[in-house]
Amino acid sequence: MNEESRNPAPASAPAATSAAAGQPGETVLQVRGVRRSFRRPHGEPLVVLESVNLDLHKGEIIGLLGRSGSGKSTLLRIVAGLIKASDGEVIYRGQPLHGAAEGISMVFQSFALFPWLTVLQNVEAGLEAQGVPPDEMRELALRAIDLIGLDGFANAYPRELSGGMRQRVGFARALVVNPTILLMDEPFSALDVLTAETLRTDFLDLWIENKLPIKAVLLVTHNIEEAVFMCDRILVFSANPGRVVAEIKVPFKHPRNRLDPRFRQLVDDIYSRMTVRADAGKATVLSIGERLHEVSTNLLAGLIETLASDIYHGHADMPALAQTLALEVDEFFPLAESLQMLGYAEIANGDVHLTPLGQQFALADTQSRKVGFAKQMLTRIPLAAHIKSVLDERPGHRAPAVRFLSELEDYLSDSAAEQTLRAVTMWGRYAELFTYDDAAETFSLEMPEAETVG
Amino acid sequence: MEFRTGSGDPKILLRELAEAPAAVRRIVAHPYLAVRGIARGGLPSFWDLVAFALLFGTLLLVSFGTSQFGAPLSALEKTPVDLHPSALPYYALRTTLRMAAAMVVSLVFSIGYASLAAKSKRAERVLIPLLDILQSVPILGFLTFTYTFFLGLFPGRVLGAELASVFVIFTSQAWNMTFSIYQSLRTLPPDLSEACTSLRFGPLQRFRRLELPFAMPGLIWNMMMSMSGGWFFVVASEAITVGDQTITLPGVGSYVATAILQMNRGAIGWAILAMLIVILLYDQLLFRPLIAWGEKFRADNEPGQVQPESWILRMLQRSRFAALMWRPFDNALNRILRPRRAAVAVSQSSLQLPAWTPLALDIAWYGAIVLTAAYGVWTTGRYISHSIGFGEVGHAVLLGLATMTRVILLVALASLIWVPIGVAIGLRPRLAAMAQPAAQFLAAFPANLLFPVAVALIVSFHLHPDIWLSPLMIFGTQWYILFNVVAGASVFPHDLRDAAGNLHLRGWLWWKRAMIPGILPYYVTGAMTAAGGCWNASIVAEWVTWGHTHVQAFGLGAYIEQASTDADYPRLVLGVAVMSLFVVGFNRVLWRPLYSSAERLAGIDE
Repeated sequence: MNEESRNPAPASAPAATSAAAGQPGETVLQVRGVRRSFRRPHGEPLVVLESVNLDLHKGEIIGLLGRSGSGKSTLLRIVAGLIKASDGEVIYRGQPLHGAAEGISMVFQSFALFPWLTVLQNVEAGLEAQGVPPDEMRELALRAIDLIGLDGFANAYPRELSGGMRQRVGFARALVVNPTILLMDEPFSALDVLTAETLRTDFLDLWIENKLPIKAVLLVTHNIEEAVFMCDRILVFSANPGRVVAEIKVPFKHPRNRLDPRFRQLVDDIYSRMTVRADAGKATVLSIGERLHEVSTNLLAGLIETLASDIYHGHADMPALAQTLALEVDEFFPLAESLQMLGYAEIANGDVHLTPLGQQFALADTQSRKVGFAKQMLTRIPLAAHIKSVLDERPGHRAPAVRFLSELEDYLSDSAAEQTLRAVTMWGRYAELFTYDDAAETFSLEMPEAETVG
Repeated sequence: MEFRTGSGDPKILLRELAEAPAAVRRIVAHPYLAVRGIARGGLPSFWDLVAFALLFGTLLLVSFGTSQFGAPLSALEKTPVDLHPSALPYYALRTTLRMAAAMVVSLVFSIGYASLAAKSKRAERVLIPLLDILQSVPILGFLTFTYTFFLGLFPGRVLGAELASVFVIFTSQAWNMTFSIYQSLRTLPPDLSEACTSLRFGPLQRFRRLELPFAMPGLIWNMMMSMSGGWFFVVASEAITVGDQTITLPGVGSYVATAILQMNRGAIGWAILAMLIVILLYDQLLFRPLIAWGEKFRADNEPGQVQPESWILRMLQRSRFAALMWRPFDNALNRILRPRRAAVAVSQSSLQLPAWTPLALDIAWYGAIVLTAAYGVWTTGRYISHSIGFGEVGHAVLLGLATMTRVILLVALASLIWVPIGVAIGLRPRLAAMAQPAAQFLAAFPANLLFPVAVALIVSFHLHPDIWLSPLMIFGTQWYILFNVVAGASVFPHDLRDAAGNLHLRGWLWWKRAMIPGILPYYVTGAMTAAGGCWNASIVAEWVTWGHTHVQAFGLGAYIEQASTDADYPRLVLGVAVMSLFVVGFNRVLWRPLYSSAERLAGIDE
């Protein structure tokens, strides 16, 4: 592990400059103090992405690794010219970037193919905007289609193709314009495991053999293994607000072996880094505005039972457990963190272990689980306690959801606030703390049994 | 290492092919074309002949049908409508061309209006509420104004009257098409929209590659709905009396009007037959192909369950002649829409404006609108108080209440009849497949052609017009309830039906717990359309003539029709305004809340 040079960047001021020694080639793109925030009607502006610095060098694949809401996609979209930075600038070809620039192309998570165009037309669409004459356009498109392994499918419509073939079209469309920089927004996450792996290796083969026009790649991912497998440098993002918490250099040569112990060690290492914040947050008192993940109570109970089972004896290594359960980081972390938040589990150093409360929960029957869950919610989640006390105080024991939503919006972005409220509603219903009427959008204390009998 | 993963075992390397002559490349790029080209040699196919005949037939008919446009208006009076059945094909042609012209105008209008509303926040604030009002205004009430206006534009020319008629049809077609496009433009898939930006599409290319295709399925469906509503208005707008001047444009509508005047039952029968044929032809030649073609624009990347088919579309796709005819258009389109390199470079630079610009623009824009609106209210108030007095307003509202009662009762009655029938049909897929086109066809058929029959019955049996004229109002629009309910019932989930059976839900409980919540959104859509149509139809249905016999019901429709015939503009404006208010109020108070709660009940998101 000693080859890797890490920047244990302090969380407050993540000056993630990569002026480290031994960087190959020229700088193709610079990100200088890029920050993104939203003005809101009252209170402080909401920061989605804290100031980021980044140099993209020739011959590099850089990974932006983090969970949803960590600002990694925001950064990618700023570089792509799809959204504007609130502060700072992106320097490309010696000039600040305004809007989508020539030579920067993008591959999308959802493929973003035009369903009404054939594969060939989809690929040509990229050239069309540049005013390439039709004959030249056809020729370039056919070359790109050939390069990416789509020969024979030129005439097919996207709906006739499998997910993997569709993403190949996405790649061909991005590559046909001869880009300098390729931006990839979780390009493999909508694919099944096998297809994703084939696409990854195919791409890396082309990249290593210098068959691609691109000089550098920026890859957004929430998959730690994928980042270690593909990237030369990884920026680790944390959420709320999104910021870079670490920059990790991957010292391995391509092709990389996932089973190599050093590879596994690095993956484990990044896992624990990504849980650092959760670990530190254990001691602090949560506020009403703490973000909750919309995780179903069935999943929570399922994870507790799995951990308590004879296989794990209340203790598990997170990467291994996630893999066994076939859960992506984006799905697993919220789950584990919710357990921690409720006091059923502890997370430390990439491991998760059940607390005595968690063990108790695993053994209890449905009704005592609910009682215990209610108690945990009231003591550990201020938002739940807040809603409950408001309902208790009000004469009719009813309160509109909008009220709590607007309180949450002082702390969180609109979508995060809605998600948090949905999560607390779901958990509160399970724990029978309160009920929620979706049509009227109100919380109340009365349980429906009394009225619907008959 | 050659990069070939995922593809089979191609015999030719495409990279070699890239250097091959263009003809070879085209063949490989379109293997389907190549195979057909070889297999079929140079001989024209049967489909080629059909396509050829269709094209030139259409050209000929259009030139024939429009040859009279330049004639003076007096020519119409010199050639009275000929009631002989052999004249009908020509009249049907004229009517059809009017419909087509109105559809083209509607398309252009709706694309422009919707794009403006979707792209400018300022325009949207005004345009969308305006559109909502416009679609609630009873069009038939405006016939008089329209004719006066267009005849003024082209004094003494047939063209003026033609344009007026086209305009009336346009006003019956454009609004829902506009809403559909606007809705599509507001819900563009974000990833495709980002892809367009990332690929640096210009506005034109964005429109051609993303916005128009995405809006296409909804647009085609709404075109069809508009068209089916439009037959009613084309019939009503061809023969019009403004004050003492009567204009009859050659067409099925004026044919019927003349037949009514001369009490010629046979001629009416022929007109109904001609209309049936025209609607069938329109459906087969235009809308089936459009719908089948529109399938490829569906944004969900999965193949649809039932692929709509059309023999015309199949013919056009297989005919080399059609492809040959289309190619010059395609090339021209490409040449126009293809961005030039120079233009791309220019569009990079952007305009820098001072920071207060948006606020200043807001103030100016909304200020101007508020002032205009205030002026409009003031003028209307003054106009009404000077000419007829506000007492008349009370009278009109009273009449409006009478018509409203009729509309409510009729929709309720039609629902009681058609909902059980619709559900019964919808739950039997085979029957539904047959009933659906029939119901759509009935909805398209202009019910006003049948009014004379009703009058004859009322007169001969001495029935009370206040009651027995009412069914005419819903006669043409009740089918919307039927086919929406059929559609709803036919997509009612199988597992829910099984569950209902398993729980032994029977009788009323079955309706209450299973079927009604399932079909409610569909039913509300149908009932809303039917009620809207009822209001409009009341203008012609509450005031009906047969020869010189005249039957009238107590209601706002009759009031408007009478004011229109007497050229009494103040009362006409009042009547139309009151009716618009009733319709808008109805939509806001009843249908919209009902629809959103129906959606929630049925578990449809957003």
